[in-house]
Amino acid sequence: MKFVDEYRDGKIAQEYAQAIKAIVTQPWTIMEICGGQTHSIVKYGIDELLPPEINLIHGPGCPVCVTPVEIIDEAIFLAQLPDVIFCSFGDMLRVPGTETDLLSVKASGGDVRIVYSPLDALTIAQANPTKQVVFFGVGFETTAPATAMAVYQANAQGIDNFSLLISHVLVPPAMEALLSSPNSRVQGFLAAGHVCTVMGYTEYEPIAAKYQVPIVVTGFEPVDILQGLYMCIQQLEHQQVAVENQYSRSVRYQGNKQAQDLITEIFEVVPRRWRGIGSIPESGLGIREKYAQFDAGRRWAKDWAKAQLQTDDGESDCISGLILQGIKKPHDCPAFGTSCTPERPLGAPMVSSEGACAAYYRYRMRSLVPSP
Amino acid sequence: MENTDNFTLACPIPIAQYPQILLAHGGGGKLMHQLIDKMLAPTFGTTDIQHDAATFELPRGRVAFTTDSYVVRPLFFPGGDIGSIAVCGTVNDLAMAGARPLYLSAGFILEEGLAIESLWRVVQSMQATAQKAGVRIITGDTKVVDRGKGDGIFINTAGVGIIEHDLSISPKAVQPSDVLLLNGDIGRHGIAIMALREGLAFTHTIDSDVAPVADLVGQLLAAGIEIHCLRDLTRGGLATTLNEIAAASRKDIQIDESLIPVEEQVQGACEILGLDPLYVACEGRFVAFVPPQDADRALAIMQQHPLGVGACQIGSVTAETTGLVSLRSKIGVARIIDMLTGEQLPRIC
Repeated sequence: MKFVDEYRDGKIAQEYAQAIKAIVTQPWTIMEICGGQTHSIVKYGIDELLPPEINLIHGPGCPVCVTPVEIIDEAIFLAQLPDVIFCSFGDMLRVPGTETDLLSVKASGGDVRIVYSPLDALTIAQANPTKQVVFFGVGFETTAPATAMAVYQANAQGIDNFSLLISHVLVPPAMEALLSSPNSRVQGFLAAGHVCTVMGYTEYEPIAAKYQVPIVVTGFEPVDILQGLYMCIQQLEHQQVAVENQYSRSVRYQGNKQAQDLITEIFEVVPRRWRGIGSIPESGLGIREKYAQFDAGRRWAKDWAKAQLQTDDGESDCISGLILQGIKKPHDCPAFGTSCTPERPLGAPMVSSEGACAAYYRYRMRSLVPSP
Repeated sequence: MENTDNFTLACPIPIAQYPQILLAHGGGGKLMHQLIDKMLAPTFGTTDIQHDAATFELPRGRVAFTTDSYVVRPLFFPGGDIGSIAVCGTVNDLAMAGARPLYLSAGFILEEGLAIESLWRVVQSMQATAQKAGVRIITGDTKVVDRGKGDGIFINTAGVGIIEHDLSISPKAVQPSDVLLLNGDIGRHGIAIMALREGLAFTHTIDSDVAPVADLVGQLLAAGIEIHCLRDLTRGGLATTLNEIAAASRKDIQIDESLIPVEEQVQGACEILGLDPLYVACEGRFVAFVPPQDADRALAIMQQHPLGVGACQIGSVTAETTGLVSLRSKIGVARIIDMLTGEQLPRIC
């Protein structure tokens, strides 16, 4: 298939691996931001092609994983309301809240539906005028335009039984938070190609300059990632610091202006808590006052305030915070594959297909710990 | 698979009379008898329907017996329908035991309000598929549940087949160095259903691969191929099937991603939907474990058959006994492939 096969070509991948070996003279620690990249690295075994000097650490770029537990709890609360149809991307359904998860709410009779697009949720709202339809808007800058479009359309068409529970997050503030941490080991970044398709990569230039880290905007296929790594390592070896674009077949310097305008029209930048990392200023998107009627958080604020559980984040053996910051690898966790599995996840990185723990479990678990 | 949309035979129960299934169609009274006498029994060629059980003679040999229930949604999809799946699924299960399928039963659970015309299409499709597979539907049952308590039609079929050879075809018979043969491209059934459910449009419609493979298996057996194990790639797809066999046989299996055929449109749909074709269900695909000396001959027989045109060798059994399945990825790195957690695609068959 065009635009896929050539980027999964074994021969080209091996050539890039050789080229990387040829230029490496010392150890480097590089973080791939996006969970989609983590998934590719583990699925294709890209890290096994690299020389031992290169240490890849997996970034916080899995929206499911970083959604704070109090918002999961709020989603569960809304999904349990009798007149609500709660629509979500499939990955969010198994993420554990404080007491339960959305899949269990569905099994207990809640009307929880998996959709592939927020616009599908809008269609459900039109078809069910006597119900309240709530869409769980999560994700990075990549999914924000589609969420914004749903609000825009709902407003234009006067659909008043539709609202959104928003937990959108932004990549650059998270990168800054990681880099300014005293524990940071990151020397170079692979930035997330699809985020930059929307936003461009002007935002990354001040970060690269301030923290003196090369940043390479990178795609998601094996050859993309190997080429991105090659570009990053070449900068590191030559003591250069620049923002480069490996994913040029999708990313433009200024990004997608129309999508950005739509995001700005609907959303404003707000502080956001990241599960496992903590609160990061100016790291999220919230619905503007002008569109407040579509904000499920505001619509049910009083009911939720009364019902709100004492949230319980980061207890137990889960070290997802350290994993999301790249300080530990999934198999460094004592719970990995024992008390924490995709069937009974302790933390979100074990749930999402983009979560580092789930990727390691799916592709590595049985080789790390062969069954008896 | 024939497209059931093209059936021109008129429904034997006049639509003007009862266009929809009523609770009474399962109630044992006149309406139920009309359904059985006018539609089900004549279509399936079943005589002697007043008995509570079908009686029949079996040829000499060991008997294989299996059952499966079918709940696919939607009822009709490109390349097939719940009726063709209900016959193929059970026929293929018998074939995977090395049996020649002979007789099926058909139990229907119908939802009140179902269009009789839909039932008619399904019943005709079952009979057409049964004829193609060389089996007869000789007994059955019909129940009706209240509207909202079913989803149109659920079907259970059970099947009986005869084993006419001395091979012991099972995971336990798998041997180190056995070669894995696959009878064609994977993932088309699951993607045909998902594309319909998600409203994905393609240049060419992706047809389900649903088909009865018993004849193809029969030809391999007739040619004296020493088959060690057979398994159809239904729910969970190729990856799950191989894991089941590896675990049951305590043998390791190695496959090569670049040897596994996936049609371009199926690959494209998988990219969009975030699915891995290795885990997507098929309804007319199977793997055969054969000793290396028989592999070329078996492959040639498969490729001569209409349901094995795309047959290929995808891997082999190794000398290791940990029960793991490993895949050599397209970039040349080996990794373990495991069973999926949860269901990738619900209600696919």
